Amino acid sequence: MSIFQSLIRKEVLHLLRDFRTITVVLVMPVVLLLLFGFAISTEVNNIKVVAVVEQHTDETKQIIDRFRNNSYFTFEGIVPYHEVESILRKGRADAAIVFRTEDGKLSHQIIVDASNTNLALTSTTYLESVICSATGIPVVTNTLYNPQLKSAYNFVPGIMGMIFILICAMMTSVSIVSEKETGTMNLLLVSPVRPWTIIFGKLVPYFLLSCIILILVLVLSYTVLGLPFSFSVINVIWVTILYVILALALGLLISTIASTQVSALLVSGVMFMIPVVLLSGMIFPVENMPLALQWLSCIIPARWYISAMRVLMVQQLPIGYVLTEILVLSGMTLAVLVLAIKKFNAKK
Amino acid sequence: MAKEIVISVKDLTKKFGSFTAVDHLTLQVRRGEIFGFLGANGAGKTTAMRMLCGLSFPTSGSGTVAGYDILRQAEEIKRHIGYMSQKFSLYENLTVWENLNLFATIYGMSAKSIREKTDAAFKTLGMENMRNVPVKEIPLGWKQKLAFTAATLHSPDVVFLDEPTGGVDPSTRRKFWEMIYRASSEGMTVFVTTHYLDEAEYCNRISIMVDGRIKALDSPEGLKRQYLAGTMDEVFRIVAKDAKRGD
Repeated sequence: MSIFQSLIRKEVLHLLRDFRTITVVLVMPVVLLLLFGFAISTEVNNIKVVAVVEQHTDETKQIIDRFRNNSYFTFEGIVPYHEVESILRKGRADAAIVFRTEDGKLSHQIIVDASNTNLALTSTTYLESVICSATGIPVVTNTLYNPQLKSAYNFVPGIMGMIFILICAMMTSVSIVSEKETGTMNLLLVSPVRPWTIIFGKLVPYFLLSCIILILVLVLSYTVLGLPFSFSVINVIWVTILYVILALALGLLISTIASTQVSALLVSGVMFMIPVVLLSGMIFPVENMPLALQWLSCIIPARWYISAMRVLMVQQLPIGYVLTEILVLSGMTLAVLVLAIKKFNAKK
Repeated sequence: MAKEIVISVKDLTKKFGSFTAVDHLTLQVRRGEIFGFLGANGAGKTTAMRMLCGLSFPTSGSGTVAGYDILRQAEEIKRHIGYMSQKFSLYENLTVWENLNLFATIYGMSAKSIREKTDAAFKTLGMENMRNVPVKEIPLGWKQKLAFTAATLHSPDVVFLDEPTGGVDPSTRRKFWEMIYRASSEGMTVFVTTHYLDEAEYCNRISIMVDGRIKALDSPEGLKRQYLAGTMDEVFRIVAKDAKRGD
Protein backbone atom coordinates (compact mmCIF):
# COMPACT_ATOMS: atom_id res chain seq x y z
CA MET A 1 0.00 0.00 0.00
CA SER A 2 1.34 3.44 -0.82
CA ILE A 3 1.81 6.10 1.84
CA PHE A 4 -1.08 8.11 0.42
CA GLN A 5 -3.43 5.11 0.43
CA SER A 6 -2.50 4.20 3.98
CA LEU A 7 -3.15 7.78 5.14
CA ILE A 8 -6.57 7.73 3.50
CA ARG A 9 -7.32 4.30 4.96
CA LYS A 10 -6.38 5.66 8.38
CA GLU A 11 -8.73 8.62 7.98
CA VAL A 12 -11.61 6.50 6.70
CA LEU A 13 -11.26 3.98 9.54
CA HIS A 14 -11.09 6.86 12.00
CA LEU A 15 -14.25 8.38 10.56
CA LEU A 16 -16.17 5.10 10.38
CA ARG A 17 -15.33 4.24 13.98
CA ASP A 18 -16.44 7.62 15.22
CA PHE A 19 -20.01 6.43 15.11
CA ARG A 20 -21.61 9.55 16.57
CA THR A 21 -19.96 11.97 14.15
CA ILE A 22 -20.73 9.92 11.08
CA THR A 23 -24.36 9.54 12.15
CA VAL A 24 -24.73 13.27 12.71
CA VAL A 25 -23.08 14.02 9.39
CA LEU A 26 -25.36 11.73 7.42
CA VAL A 27 -28.57 12.36 9.33
CA MET A 28 -28.27 16.15 9.59
CA PRO A 29 -28.71 16.92 5.86
CA VAL A 30 -31.74 14.66 5.68
CA VAL A 31 -33.35 16.22 8.75
CA LEU A 32 -32.59 19.76 7.58
CA LEU A 33 -33.99 19.12 4.12
CA LEU A 34 -37.17 17.52 5.39
CA LEU A 35 -37.61 20.15 8.08
CA PHE A 36 -37.23 23.09 5.71
CA GLY A 37 -39.00 21.33 2.90
CA PHE A 38 -42.12 20.38 4.82
CA ALA A 39 -42.39 21.72 8.32
CA ILE A 40 -40.97 25.19 7.87
CA SER A 41 -43.05 26.70 5.14
CA THR A 42 -43.61 30.27 4.09
CA GLU A 43 -46.78 29.39 2.24
CA VAL A 44 -49.96 30.72 3.82
CA ASN A 45 -52.94 28.44 4.11
CA ASN A 46 -56.32 28.69 5.82
CA ILE A 47 -56.61 32.45 5.97
CA LYS A 48 -59.75 33.16 7.99
CA VAL A 49 -61.81 35.91 6.37
CA VAL A 50 -64.94 37.77 7.42
CA ALA A 51 -66.85 40.27 5.31
CA VAL A 52 -68.74 43.46 6.06
CA VAL A 53 -71.35 44.18 3.44
CA GLU A 54 -73.25 47.49 3.45
CA GLN A 55 -75.47 46.63 0.54
CA HIS A 56 -75.76 43.17 -0.93
CA THR A 57 -75.39 43.09 -4.68
CA ASP A 58 -74.67 40.38 -7.21
CA GLU A 59 -71.10 41.49 -7.22
CA THR A 60 -70.55 41.13 -3.47
CA LYS A 61 -72.27 37.76 -3.54
CA GLN A 62 -70.00 36.64 -6.33
CA ILE A 63 -66.87 37.72 -4.49
CA ILE A 64 -67.92 36.02 -1.26
CA ASP A 65 -68.64 32.83 -3.18
CA ARG A 66 -65.15 32.93 -4.52
CA PHE A 67 -63.73 33.12 -1.01
CA ARG A 68 -65.95 30.23 0.06
CA ASN A 69 -64.63 28.05 -2.73
CA ASN A 70 -60.98 28.99 -2.43
CA SER A 71 -58.88 26.43 -0.58
CA TYR A 72 -56.53 29.11 0.76
CA PHE A 73 -59.37 30.81 2.64
CA THR A 74 -61.87 29.86 5.26
CA PHE A 75 -64.87 32.14 5.04
CA GLU A 76 -66.08 32.89 8.57
CA GLY A 77 -69.26 34.76 7.67
CA ILE A 78 -70.68 38.24 7.27
CA VAL A 79 -70.33 40.51 10.30
CA PRO A 80 -71.35 44.05 11.25
CA TYR A 81 -68.64 46.70 10.84
CA HIS A 82 -68.31 47.54 14.53
CA GLU A 83 -67.41 43.93 15.38
CA VAL A 84 -64.47 43.70 12.97
CA GLU A 85 -61.87 44.93 15.41
CA SER A 86 -62.88 42.60 18.21
CA ILE A 87 -63.04 39.63 15.82
CA LEU A 88 -59.53 40.32 14.57
CA ARG A 89 -58.27 40.86 18.11
CA LYS A 90 -59.74 37.59 19.33
CA GLY A 91 -58.15 35.81 16.38
CA ARG A 92 -61.46 34.56 14.99
CA ALA A 93 -60.38 35.99 11.64
CA ASP A 94 -57.07 37.02 10.05
CA ALA A 95 -58.60 39.56 7.70
CA ALA A 96 -61.82 41.38 7.03
CA ILE A 97 -63.12 42.81 3.76
CA VAL A 98 -65.43 45.77 3.88
CA PHE A 99 -67.65 46.36 0.83
CA ARG A 100 -69.15 49.79 0.32
CA THR A 101 -71.42 50.93 -2.46
CA GLU A 102 -71.29 54.62 -3.39
CA ASP A 103 -73.23 55.93 -6.36
CA GLY A 104 -73.79 52.38 -7.49
CA LYS A 105 -70.04 51.69 -7.58
CA LEU A 106 -68.55 49.02 -5.38
CA SER A 107 -65.39 49.80 -3.43
CA HIS A 108 -63.62 47.62 -0.95
CA GLN A 109 -61.31 47.89 2.00
CA ILE A 110 -59.10 45.18 3.45
CA ILE A 111 -58.45 45.14 7.19
CA VAL A 112 -55.73 42.71 8.14
CA ASP A 113 -54.12 41.53 11.36
CA ALA A 114 -50.49 42.54 10.83
CA SER A 115 -49.04 41.21 14.07
CA ASN A 116 -47.25 38.76 11.77
CA THR A 117 -46.10 40.95 8.90
CA ASN A 118 -45.25 38.11 6.53
CA LEU A 119 -48.64 36.51 7.02
CA ALA A 120 -50.36 39.88 6.60
CA LEU A 121 -48.54 40.73 3.38
CA THR A 122 -49.16 37.35 1.82
CA SER A 123 -52.82 37.31 2.84
CA THR A 124 -53.37 40.80 1.42
CA THR A 125 -51.93 39.75 -1.90
CA TYR A 126 -54.12 36.65 -1.99
CA LEU A 127 -57.22 38.67 -1.02
CA GLU A 128 -56.62 41.32 -3.62
CA SER A 129 -56.08 38.84 -6.37
CA VAL A 130 -59.35 37.10 -5.53
CA ILE A 131 -61.26 40.41 -5.42
CA CYS A 132 -59.68 41.66 -8.63
CA SER A 133 -60.47 38.50 -10.52
CA ALA A 134 -64.08 38.69 -9.33
CA THR A 135 -64.59 42.36 -10.13
CA GLY A 136 -63.50 41.89 -13.67
CA ILE A 137 -60.14 43.60 -13.47
CA PRO A 138 -58.17 40.43 -13.52
CA VAL A 139 -54.51 40.64 -12.60
CA VAL A 140 -52.67 37.84 -14.28
CA THR A 141 -49.60 36.85 -12.35
CA ASN A 142 -47.29 34.25 -13.76
CA THR A 143 -45.02 32.68 -11.19
CA LEU A 144 -42.21 31.31 -13.28
CA TYR A 145 -40.01 28.32 -12.35
CA ASN A 146 -41.91 27.66 -9.15
CA PRO A 147 -45.57 27.93 -10.17
CA GLN A 148 -46.90 26.59 -6.89
CA LEU A 149 -44.55 28.87 -4.92
CA LYS A 150 -43.25 25.91 -2.96
CA SER A 151 -40.89 26.91 -0.18
CA ALA A 152 -38.83 23.77 -0.67
CA TYR A 153 -37.60 25.22 -3.96
CA ASN A 154 -36.30 28.20 -2.11
CA PHE A 155 -34.72 26.32 0.76
CA VAL A 156 -32.98 23.41 -0.96
CA PRO A 157 -30.20 25.56 -2.49
CA GLY A 158 -29.80 27.37 0.84
CA ILE A 159 -29.53 24.17 2.81
CA MET A 160 -26.98 22.78 0.38
CA GLY A 161 -24.95 25.97 0.78
CA MET A 162 -25.01 25.49 4.53
CA ILE A 163 -24.43 21.73 4.73
CA PHE A 164 -21.29 21.67 2.61
CA ILE A 165 -19.65 24.54 4.45
CA LEU A 166 -20.55 22.84 7.70
CA ILE A 167 -19.27 19.40 6.80
CA CYS A 168 -16.26 20.30 4.72
CA ALA A 169 -14.91 23.35 6.52
CA MET A 170 -15.82 22.37 10.04
CA MET A 171 -14.97 18.68 9.90
CA THR A 172 -11.68 19.08 8.05
CA SER A 173 -10.46 21.84 10.31
CA VAL A 174 -11.47 19.97 13.46
CA SER A 175 -9.87 16.75 12.27
CA ILE A 176 -6.57 18.46 11.37
CA VAL A 177 -6.50 20.46 14.60
CA SER A 178 -7.29 17.35 16.65
CA GLU A 179 -4.19 15.72 15.16
CA LYS A 180 -2.23 18.78 16.26
CA GLU A 181 -3.70 18.48 19.75
CA THR A 182 -2.98 14.78 20.19
CA GLY A 183 0.48 15.18 18.66
CA THR A 184 -0.01 12.74 15.79
CA MET A 185 0.43 15.63 13.33
CA ASN A 186 3.95 16.05 14.70
CA LEU A 187 4.67 12.37 14.06
CA LEU A 188 3.54 12.79 10.46
CA LEU A 189 5.60 15.96 10.02
CA VAL A 190 8.83 14.31 11.26
CA SER A 191 8.18 11.33 9.01
CA PRO A 192 9.25 11.27 5.35
CA VAL A 193 5.65 12.00 4.28
CA ARG A 194 5.52 15.17 2.21
CA PRO A 195 3.30 17.96 3.58
CA TRP A 196 1.28 17.77 0.36
CA THR A 197 0.53 14.10 0.98
CA ILE A 198 -0.57 14.88 4.54
CA ILE A 199 -2.90 17.64 3.30
CA PHE A 200 -4.47 15.55 0.56
CA GLY A 201 -4.67 12.52 2.84
CA LYS A 202 -6.94 14.71 4.97
CA LEU A 203 -8.93 16.38 2.21
CA VAL A 204 -9.74 13.37 0.02
CA PRO A 205 -11.78 11.38 2.61
CA TYR A 206 -13.89 14.44 3.42
CA PHE A 207 -14.32 15.12 -0.26
CA LEU A 208 -15.66 11.59 -0.73
CA LEU A 209 -17.94 12.01 2.26
CA SER A 210 -19.28 15.23 0.73
CA CYS A 211 -19.98 13.39 -2.53
CA ILE A 212 -22.04 10.80 -0.64
CA ILE A 213 -23.96 13.60 1.05
CA LEU A 214 -24.48 15.34 -2.30
CA ILE A 215 -26.03 12.19 -3.73
CA LEU A 216 -28.24 11.89 -0.65
CA VAL A 217 -29.37 15.52 -0.92
CA LEU A 218 -30.04 15.30 -4.65
CA VAL A 219 -32.04 12.09 -4.35
CA LEU A 220 -34.15 13.62 -1.57
CA SER A 221 -34.63 16.88 -3.44
CA TYR A 222 -35.75 15.27 -6.66
CA THR A 223 -37.95 12.61 -5.08
CA VAL A 224 -39.41 13.58 -1.71
CA LEU A 225 -39.29 17.35 -2.20
CA GLY A 226 -40.32 17.09 -5.82
CA LEU A 227 -37.85 19.47 -7.44
CA PRO A 228 -38.09 19.32 -11.23
CA PHE A 229 -35.54 16.85 -12.59
CA SER A 230 -33.66 17.56 -15.78
CA PHE A 231 -30.22 17.28 -17.29
CA SER A 232 -29.16 20.41 -15.43
CA VAL A 233 -28.45 18.06 -12.52
CA ILE A 234 -25.05 17.46 -14.14
CA ASN A 235 -24.29 21.18 -13.82
CA VAL A 236 -25.57 21.15 -10.25
CA ILE A 237 -23.03 18.43 -9.48
CA TRP A 238 -20.14 20.28 -11.13
CA VAL A 239 -20.79 23.54 -9.34
CA THR A 240 -21.30 21.73 -6.03
CA ILE A 241 -17.96 19.95 -6.41
CA LEU A 242 -16.30 23.33 -6.95
CA TYR A 243 -18.03 24.63 -3.82
CA VAL A 244 -16.96 21.55 -1.82
CA ILE A 245 -13.33 22.09 -2.83
CA LEU A 246 -13.62 25.71 -1.72
CA ALA A 247 -15.11 24.62 1.62
CA LEU A 248 -12.30 22.08 2.11
CA ALA A 249 -9.71 24.78 1.43
CA LEU A 250 -11.44 27.00 3.99
CA GLY A 251 -11.27 24.14 6.50
CA LEU A 252 -7.55 23.81 5.83
CA LEU A 253 -7.09 27.55 6.32
CA ILE A 254 -8.97 27.47 9.64
CA SER A 255 -6.83 24.55 10.80
CA THR A 256 -3.67 26.58 10.25
CA ILE A 257 -5.07 29.43 12.37
CA ALA A 258 -6.75 27.49 15.19
CA SER A 259 -4.71 25.55 17.70
CA THR A 260 -7.49 23.73 19.53
CA GLN A 261 -10.55 21.83 18.33
CA VAL A 262 -12.80 24.19 20.24
CA SER A 263 -11.35 27.26 18.57
CA ALA A 264 -11.60 25.56 15.16
CA LEU A 265 -15.27 24.88 15.85
CA LEU A 266 -15.85 28.45 16.99
CA VAL A 267 -14.04 29.97 14.03
CA SER A 268 -15.93 27.87 11.50
CA GLY A 269 -19.17 28.37 13.41
CA VAL A 270 -18.98 32.10 13.87
CA MET A 271 -17.12 33.01 10.69
CA PHE A 272 -19.07 30.76 8.34
CA MET A 273 -22.34 29.55 9.75
CA ILE A 274 -23.79 32.87 10.82
CA PRO A 275 -22.89 34.76 7.64
CA VAL A 276 -24.15 31.84 5.56
CA VAL A 277 -27.53 31.95 7.28
CA LEU A 278 -27.87 35.73 7.43
CA LEU A 279 -26.03 37.10 4.41
CA SER A 280 -26.06 34.42 1.76
CA GLY A 281 -29.61 35.05 0.61
CA MET A 282 -30.65 31.70 2.02
CA ILE A 283 -33.42 33.31 4.11
CA PHE A 284 -33.18 37.07 3.58
CA PRO A 285 -32.92 38.17 -0.04
CA VAL A 286 -29.59 39.87 -0.76
CA GLU A 287 -31.38 42.48 -2.90
CA ASN A 288 -33.28 43.78 0.12
CA MET A 289 -30.18 44.35 2.26
CA PRO A 290 -28.59 47.74 2.88
CA LEU A 291 -25.88 48.41 0.32
CA ALA A 292 -23.06 47.87 2.81
CA LEU A 293 -24.35 44.40 3.66
CA GLN A 294 -24.84 43.64 -0.02
CA TRP A 295 -21.15 44.36 -0.54
CA LEU A 296 -20.26 42.28 2.52
CA SER A 297 -22.32 39.38 1.20
CA CYS A 298 -20.06 39.29 -1.86
CA ILE A 299 -17.28 37.69 0.17
CA ILE A 300 -19.57 34.93 1.44
CA PRO A 301 -19.00 31.90 -0.80
CA ALA A 302 -22.46 30.53 -0.02
CA ARG A 303 -24.10 33.61 -1.53
CA TRP A 304 -22.65 32.78 -4.95
CA TYR A 305 -23.25 29.08 -4.61
CA ILE A 306 -26.87 29.47 -3.52
CA SER A 307 -27.55 31.91 -6.31
CA ALA A 308 -26.05 29.47 -8.83
CA MET A 309 -28.10 26.62 -7.39
CA ARG A 310 -31.32 28.64 -7.74
CA VAL A 311 -30.57 29.11 -11.40
CA LEU A 312 -29.50 25.53 -12.04
CA MET A 313 -31.85 23.59 -9.80
CA VAL A 314 -35.03 25.67 -9.78
CA GLN A 315 -34.88 27.62 -13.05
CA GLN A 316 -32.93 24.82 -14.73
CA LEU A 317 -31.14 27.22 -17.03
CA PRO A 318 -27.94 26.19 -18.82
CA ILE A 319 -24.60 26.62 -17.10
CA GLY A 320 -23.92 29.79 -19.13
CA TYR A 321 -26.24 31.72 -16.83
CA VAL A 322 -24.07 31.14 -13.77
CA LEU A 323 -20.67 31.96 -15.25
CA THR A 324 -20.18 34.89 -12.86
CA GLU A 325 -20.88 32.67 -9.88
CA ILE A 326 -18.53 29.96 -11.15
CA LEU A 327 -15.82 32.52 -11.80
CA VAL A 328 -16.13 34.06 -8.34
CA LEU A 329 -16.14 30.64 -6.64
CA SER A 330 -13.09 29.52 -8.62
CA GLY A 331 -11.25 32.71 -7.75
CA MET A 332 -12.09 32.27 -4.09
CA THR A 333 -10.97 28.63 -4.14
CA LEU A 334 -7.64 29.55 -5.66
CA ALA A 335 -7.04 32.41 -3.22
CA VAL A 336 -7.97 30.37 -0.15
CA LEU A 337 -5.86 27.39 -1.26
CA VAL A 338 -2.81 29.57 -1.86
CA LEU A 339 -3.28 31.27 1.51
CA ALA A 340 -3.83 27.98 3.35
CA ILE A 341 -0.78 26.29 1.84
CA LYS A 342 1.35 29.35 2.52
CA LYS A 343 0.25 29.36 6.15
CA PHE A 344 0.71 25.58 6.44
CA ASN A 345 4.31 25.86 5.24
CA ALA A 346 5.05 29.03 7.20
CA LYS A 347 5.50 27.06 10.39
CA LYS A 348 9.08 26.06 9.62
CA MET B 1 36.56 3.90 21.20
CA ALA B 2 36.15 5.77 17.97
CA LYS B 3 32.57 4.97 17.00
CA GLU B 4 30.94 6.61 14.05
CA ILE B 5 29.43 10.04 14.73
CA VAL B 6 25.70 10.15 14.03
CA ILE B 7 24.74 13.64 15.14
CA SER B 8 27.15 16.50 14.70
CA VAL B 9 26.11 20.14 14.92
CA LYS B 10 28.12 23.32 15.14
CA ASP B 11 26.92 26.76 16.27
CA LEU B 12 23.30 25.88 15.60
CA THR B 13 21.22 29.00 16.33
CA LYS B 14 17.51 29.66 16.08
CA LYS B 15 16.09 33.14 16.50
CA PHE B 16 12.44 34.14 16.64
CA GLY B 17 12.59 37.88 16.03
CA SER B 18 14.89 39.29 18.71
CA PHE B 19 14.51 36.19 20.91
CA THR B 20 17.30 33.64 20.62
CA ALA B 21 15.74 30.27 21.43
CA VAL B 22 18.86 28.25 20.71
CA ASP B 23 22.24 29.94 20.93
CA HIS B 24 25.25 28.39 19.18
CA LEU B 25 24.50 24.76 19.97
CA THR B 26 27.50 22.54 19.36
CA LEU B 27 27.53 18.82 20.11
CA GLN B 28 28.36 15.38 18.74
CA VAL B 29 26.64 12.09 19.43
CA ARG B 30 28.06 8.67 18.52
CA ARG B 31 26.29 5.61 17.17
CA GLY B 32 24.57 3.54 19.84
CA GLU B 33 24.92 6.27 22.43
CA ILE B 34 22.10 7.23 24.81
CA PHE B 35 22.33 10.99 24.91
CA GLY B 36 20.33 12.83 27.59
CA PHE B 37 19.21 16.34 26.64
CA LEU B 38 18.32 18.19 29.84
CA GLY B 39 17.10 21.67 30.60
CA ALA B 40 14.29 23.53 32.31
CA ASN B 41 11.11 24.33 30.42
CA GLY B 42 11.83 27.12 27.97
CA ALA B 43 15.57 26.41 27.86
CA GLY B 44 15.32 25.65 24.13
CA LYS B 45 15.30 21.83 24.15
CA THR B 46 12.26 21.43 21.93
CA THR B 47 13.45 24.04 19.43
CA ALA B 48 16.86 22.34 19.23
CA MET B 49 15.24 18.95 18.77
CA ARG B 50 12.93 20.26 16.04
CA MET B 51 15.96 21.51 14.12
CA LEU B 52 17.69 18.13 14.46
CA CYS B 53 14.55 16.36 13.19
CA GLY B 54 14.28 18.57 10.12
CA LEU B 55 11.06 20.21 11.33
CA SER B 56 12.58 23.65 11.66
CA PHE B 57 15.40 25.41 9.84
CA PRO B 58 18.22 26.97 11.89
CA THR B 59 18.80 30.71 11.59
CA SER B 60 22.52 30.00 11.39
CA GLY B 61 24.98 27.20 12.02
CA SER B 62 25.37 23.81 10.40
CA GLY B 63 25.30 20.13 11.14
CA THR B 64 24.49 16.61 10.06
CA VAL B 65 22.13 13.98 11.39
CA ALA B 66 22.59 10.35 10.28
CA GLY B 67 25.08 11.65 7.73
CA TYR B 68 22.70 14.14 6.10
CA ASP B 69 22.93 17.91 6.12
CA ILE B 70 20.26 19.55 8.26
CA LEU B 71 20.10 22.56 5.96
CA ARG B 72 19.81 20.83 2.63
CA GLN B 73 18.73 17.23 3.26
CA ALA B 74 15.90 17.53 5.78
CA GLU B 75 13.81 15.00 3.84
CA GLU B 76 16.62 12.41 3.91
CA ILE B 77 17.06 12.97 7.64
CA LYS B 78 13.36 12.28 8.21
CA ARG B 79 13.75 8.90 6.51
CA HIS B 80 16.54 7.85 8.89
CA ILE B 81 15.19 8.95 12.25
CA GLY B 82 12.36 7.96 14.56
CA TYR B 83 10.42 10.32 16.78
CA MET B 84 8.28 9.83 19.84
CA SER B 85 6.61 12.72 21.57
CA GLN B 86 5.67 13.16 25.19
CA LYS B 87 2.00 12.53 24.50
CA PHE B 88 2.39 8.93 23.21
CA SER B 89 0.61 10.18 20.14
CA LEU B 90 -0.99 7.35 18.27
CA TYR B 91 -4.35 7.14 16.54
CA GLU B 92 -6.77 6.27 19.32
CA ASN B 93 -9.50 4.90 17.08
CA LEU B 94 -7.14 2.56 15.24
CA THR B 95 -6.05 -0.79 16.61
CA VAL B 96 -2.53 -1.56 17.84
CA TRP B 97 -1.69 -3.32 14.59
CA GLU B 98 -3.24 -0.64 12.36
CA ASN B 99 -1.13 2.02 14.07
CA LEU B 100 2.12 0.08 13.63
CA ASN B 101 1.21 -0.78 10.05
CA LEU B 102 0.47 2.89 9.25
CA PHE B 103 3.77 4.21 10.56
CA ALA B 104 5.77 1.36 9.05
CA THR B 105 4.18 2.06 5.65
CA ILE B 106 4.91 5.76 6.00
CA TYR B 107 8.58 4.88 6.56
CA GLY B 108 8.58 2.85 3.37
CA MET B 109 8.72 -0.68 4.81
CA SER B 110 7.51 -3.57 2.66
CA ALA B 111 4.44 -5.55 3.70
CA LYS B 112 6.59 -8.61 4.36
CA SER B 113 9.08 -6.84 6.59
CA ILE B 114 6.22 -5.08 8.42
CA ARG B 115 4.70 -8.48 9.20
CA GLU B 116 7.97 -9.94 10.42
CA LYS B 117 8.93 -6.92 12.51
CA THR B 118 5.51 -6.46 14.12
CA ASP B 119 5.29 -10.17 14.93
CA ALA B 120 8.68 -9.98 16.62
CA ALA B 121 7.74 -6.77 18.44
CA PHE B 122 4.46 -8.20 19.72
CA LYS B 123 6.35 -11.22 21.03
CA THR B 124 9.01 -9.18 22.87
CA LEU B 125 6.41 -6.84 24.33
CA GLY B 126 4.03 -9.66 25.23
CA MET B 127 1.28 -7.81 23.36
CA GLU B 128 0.15 -10.59 21.00
CA ASN B 129 -3.36 -10.61 22.41
CA MET B 130 -3.68 -6.83 22.01
CA ARG B 131 -3.10 -6.80 18.25
CA ASN B 132 -6.67 -5.90 17.36
CA VAL B 133 -7.55 -3.77 20.34
CA PRO B 134 -8.13 -0.06 19.67
CA VAL B 135 -5.31 2.01 21.15
CA LYS B 136 -7.74 4.05 23.27
CA GLU B 137 -8.57 0.91 25.24
CA ILE B 138 -5.03 -0.06 26.28
CA PRO B 139 -3.34 1.25 29.47
CA LEU B 140 -0.96 4.22 29.36
CA GLY B 141 2.14 2.13 30.02
CA TRP B 142 1.39 -0.06 27.02
CA LYS B 143 0.62 2.93 24.83
CA GLN B 144 4.04 4.30 25.59
CA LYS B 145 5.78 1.04 24.69
CA LEU B 146 3.71 0.92 21.54
CA ALA B 147 4.65 4.50 20.61
CA PHE B 148 8.32 3.58 21.06
CA THR B 149 7.84 0.51 18.89
CA ALA B 150 6.11 2.62 16.22
CA ALA B 151 9.03 5.06 16.28
CA THR B 152 11.69 2.35 15.96
CA LEU B 153 10.08 -0.35 13.81
CA HIS B 154 11.89 0.91 10.71
CA SER B 155 15.28 0.61 12.52
CA PRO B 156 16.24 4.30 12.29
CA ASP B 157 19.82 5.49 12.90
CA VAL B 158 18.65 7.89 15.58
CA VAL B 159 15.48 7.90 17.65
CA PHE B 160 14.43 11.19 19.25
CA LEU B 161 12.40 10.82 22.44
CA ASP B 162 10.76 13.99 23.69
CA GLU B 163 10.03 13.47 27.41
CA PRO B 164 8.93 9.90 26.79
CA THR B 165 8.20 8.99 30.41
CA GLY B 166 6.08 11.94 31.52
CA GLY B 167 3.18 10.91 33.76
CA VAL B 168 4.12 7.23 33.98
CA ASP B 169 4.65 5.23 37.19
CA PRO B 170 8.22 4.31 38.23
CA SER B 171 8.02 0.61 37.42
CA THR B 172 6.71 1.31 33.91
CA ARG B 173 9.46 3.88 33.49
CA ARG B 174 12.05 1.29 34.38
CA LYS B 175 10.63 -1.13 31.83
CA PHE B 176 10.64 1.63 29.26
CA TRP B 177 14.32 2.26 29.86
CA GLU B 178 14.96 -1.44 29.30
CA MET B 179 13.53 -0.92 25.82
CA ILE B 180 15.83 2.05 25.30
CA TYR B 181 18.85 -0.03 26.32
CA ARG B 182 17.85 -2.83 23.98
CA ALA B 183 17.55 -0.37 21.07
CA SER B 184 20.91 1.18 21.91
CA SER B 185 22.59 -2.24 22.11
CA GLU B 186 21.32 -2.89 18.58
CA GLY B 187 23.23 0.19 17.41
CA MET B 188 20.41 2.74 17.51
CA THR B 189 21.36 6.15 18.81
CA VAL B 190 18.92 7.45 21.41
CA PHE B 191 18.49 11.20 21.86
CA VAL B 192 16.23 11.73 24.85
CA THR B 193 14.91 14.76 26.72
CA THR B 194 13.65 14.20 30.23
CA HIS B 195 12.54 15.98 33.37
CA TYR B 196 13.41 13.07 35.63
CA LEU B 197 16.96 13.53 36.84
CA ASP B 198 17.21 9.95 38.09
CA GLU B 199 16.69 8.95 34.44
CA ALA B 200 19.59 11.15 33.45
CA GLU B 201 21.81 8.69 35.31
CA TYR B 202 20.85 5.99 32.78
CA CYS B 203 22.30 8.01 29.88
CA ASN B 204 25.82 7.57 28.52
CA ARG B 205 26.27 11.32 28.26
CA ILE B 206 24.20 14.34 29.23
CA SER B 207 23.99 17.94 28.15
CA ILE B 208 22.31 20.55 30.31
CA MET B 209 20.82 23.49 28.45
CA VAL B 210 20.33 26.84 30.13
CA ASP B 211 18.82 29.84 28.33
CA GLY B 212 19.44 28.41 24.88
CA ARG B 213 23.09 27.43 25.53
CA ILE B 214 24.70 24.17 26.59
CA LYS B 215 26.14 24.85 30.05
CA ALA B 216 27.43 21.35 30.82
CA LEU B 217 28.14 18.24 28.74
CA ASP B 218 29.69 15.01 30.01
CA SER B 219 28.90 11.55 31.34
CA PRO B 220 26.81 11.53 34.53
CA GLU B 221 29.88 10.45 36.52
CA GLY B 222 32.03 13.15 34.94
CA LEU B 223 29.47 15.85 35.71
CA LYS B 224 29.12 14.76 39.32
CA ARG B 225 32.92 14.87 39.71
CA GLN B 226 33.17 18.24 38.01
CA TYR B 227 30.51 19.89 40.18
CA LEU B 228 31.40 17.94 43.35
CA ALA B 229 27.82 16.68 43.55
CA GLY B 230 26.42 13.41 44.82
CA THR B 231 23.41 13.20 42.49
CA MET B 232 22.38 14.52 39.09
CA ASP B 233 19.74 16.54 40.87
CA GLU B 234 22.47 18.58 42.61
CA VAL B 235 24.43 18.94 39.38
CA PHE B 236 21.34 20.29 37.64
CA ARG B 237 20.63 22.78 40.40
CA ILE B 238 24.20 24.13 40.34
CA VAL B 239 24.31 24.40 36.54
CA ALA B 240 20.85 25.93 36.14
CA LYS B 241 20.93 28.31 39.11
CA ASP B 242 21.51 31.42 36.98
CA ALA B 243 18.80 30.55 34.47
CA LYS B 244 16.70 33.52 33.38
CA ARG B 245 14.17 31.57 31.32
CA GLY B 246 11.93 28.73 32.40
CA ASP B 247 10.83 27.72 35.85
